[in-house]
Amino acid sequence: MSILIDNISKHFGSFQALSPLSLDINEGEMIGLLGPSGSGKTTLLRIIAGLEGADSGRIQFGDRDVTNLHVRDRRVGFVFQNYALFRHMTVADNVAFGLEVLPKSKRPDAATIRKRVMHLLDMVQLGHLAQRFPSQLSGGQKQRIALARALATQPEVLLLDEPFGALDAKVRKELRRWLRGLHDELGFTSVFVTHDQEEALELSDRVVVMSNGHIEQIDQPGDLYASPNSRFVFDFLGNANVFDAQFSHGKWQNDVASLQLPNEAPKTAGQIYLRSHEFHVSSVATEQAFLPLKVVAINLIGAEVRLELTPIDWRSDNIWEVDLPHKAFDKHCFEKGQTVFVTPKAGYFFANGQKTPQPVYW
Amino acid sequence: MSNRSGQAHQLRVGDRPLIKYTLIGITLLLTILLLVVPLISIFQQALVEGVGHYFASLLEGDTLHAIGLTLFVALLTVPINLVFGVMLAWSVTRFEFPGRKLLMTLMDIPFAVSPVVAGLLYLLLYGNNGWIGSWLYDQDIQLMFAWPGIVMVTVFVTCPFVARELIPLMQQQGREDEEAAVILGASGWQLFRRVTLPNIKWALIYGVILTNARAVGEFGAVSVVSGNIRGETNTLPLHVQLQYEDYQAAAAFASASLLALIALITLLFKAYIEWRQEKLMHHESDQEKQVAK
Repeated sequence: MSILIDNISKHFGSFQALSPLSLDINEGEMIGLLGPSGSGKTTLLRIIAGLEGADSGRIQFGDRDVTNLHVRDRRVGFVFQNYALFRHMTVADNVAFGLEVLPKSKRPDAATIRKRVMHLLDMVQLGHLAQRFPSQLSGGQKQRIALARALATQPEVLLLDEPFGALDAKVRKELRRWLRGLHDELGFTSVFVTHDQEEALELSDRVVVMSNGHIEQIDQPGDLYASPNSRFVFDFLGNANVFDAQFSHGKWQNDVASLQLPNEAPKTAGQIYLRSHEFHVSSVATEQAFLPLKVVAINLIGAEVRLELTPIDWRSDNIWEVDLPHKAFDKHCFEKGQTVFVTPKAGYFFANGQKTPQPVYW
Repeated sequence: MSNRSGQAHQLRVGDRPLIKYTLIGITLLLTILLLVVPLISIFQQALVEGVGHYFASLLEGDTLHAIGLTLFVALLTVPINLVFGVMLAWSVTRFEFPGRKLLMTLMDIPFAVSPVVAGLLYLLLYGNNGWIGSWLYDQDIQLMFAWPGIVMVTVFVTCPFVARELIPLMQQQGREDEEAAVILGASGWQLFRRVTLPNIKWALIYGVILTNARAVGEFGAVSVVSGNIRGETNTLPLHVQLQYEDYQAAAAFASASLLALIALITLLFKAYIEWRQEKLMHHESDQEKQVAK
């Protein structure tokens, strides 16, 4: 079922949690709401569910206006961050709850409910735990039971609040893949909230990046990564190194550091955002760039080596991070404390006062 | 626990034998003097003229009536405060509204105010010359010096017990369970019966026990509004005093022994529930440990 969010806003006291925002979600789509805490993503999810009322605007499921429809009648599936399993009920009773509370005329008979519950538990691969209590389950198991419970009433919309937040990295990865499979198989429309960019990029058809109650950008994961449309999105998605540049003598300069302008670049001051893997690193400067940095740490991260660098005689607010393949690293054998020079291959230029960037290539 | 004997020689702060045994000794002595001896003497005094006399004085008409009235008052008070306490706890833990903090403070007034003062307030308000009472008098409704007055002050005095037990628990449990139930389609009543009530069950029972104990034993507030009409508005605690003033010491102690017995049963029940809850918690944490392995 498609979801239409039209001009929804919300404030708590004097705090504007959501500025009026609109969002179209297609049937069968999986949408990730991504943002730091306080960005309004959970509030938006709770408004879609009906747990929170909006101050203005309208929400539609398909062509049904649900703005003033009570939570109970919206028939959405919702998975809470801490699962909210009923602790005094067995796993089977938890999953059966949504069916048990149906009005008598719609409620399946006990045998059908039992069969449906077992089917759902098999689907989440936990049929053998039917008679356990929630306190006897691990986090990943609780998560899957919460999902089975939410799906019991066959909702067409599934909402998930930080679904994998409390799990360890390995379980998280497994469950992510598994949820995506389930989504594709059953064809419901999903919206999930996360502050983990990797999770959002891996799982979503489209990612909605939020900050301060606004939507910053809505895009497919690939496009979002390739063309972030604001400093915020750039900062939030992946490690960006920022070169704060003055324009003088035909170059971008910051104290002793300088960078040649690519042909198409505007001749003004601004910031150049550079991703950590878009660099050459060597022990001598190049004609294109004079960016001296000191190696402060060398971290081995799977297939890559990450150098942590601090500027020498120029300024940057953050430590720079540069990722190298093992091969390149082994060739140079950089050491802690050594001075290196980096040369960017590509980046994004935000002219001062400009909100959107311009890609630059050397 | 198993290595306790091995550490016996390592004294912790305040573990000096002299201090330890002096403190334990004083505590025990005080407990015996102030609690155990009086309790035993109640039963001893009650039985001083023989078992036959003991039961005879309990079965005497006015005493039977006092027992009946006391049970009747408790029977009305407990359900009223059960419902009221749950509503109160629900309101202050599940809703945000102006005056919420104030309400939580007001709730403790019955604890803070002397019961006699509470009784007097009710008398002034609902007595025949009182503000509301004079109007009620015109309608031919008599609250004070009759059982409704006794019930009213007893409800007042015992009203915080249930809510006080529930509020911390409900605050700690939060509202996520309830939100989950409503999203799954539960109606208000289904939500309460299937989710909220099981979660607060033991705290509720605990609150009811305390309410009942206080309702049965209340003296001060009741004595102001009851009028002490023998065989009509005399509850058991008032009856004890009346008999004692009539120089029927053995009969007074017989009635008192009933109250003491109710208190003992209440304590036993309370201990049982605490034990049960502790076991439940242990059980859960054990299971969590097993899962963690």
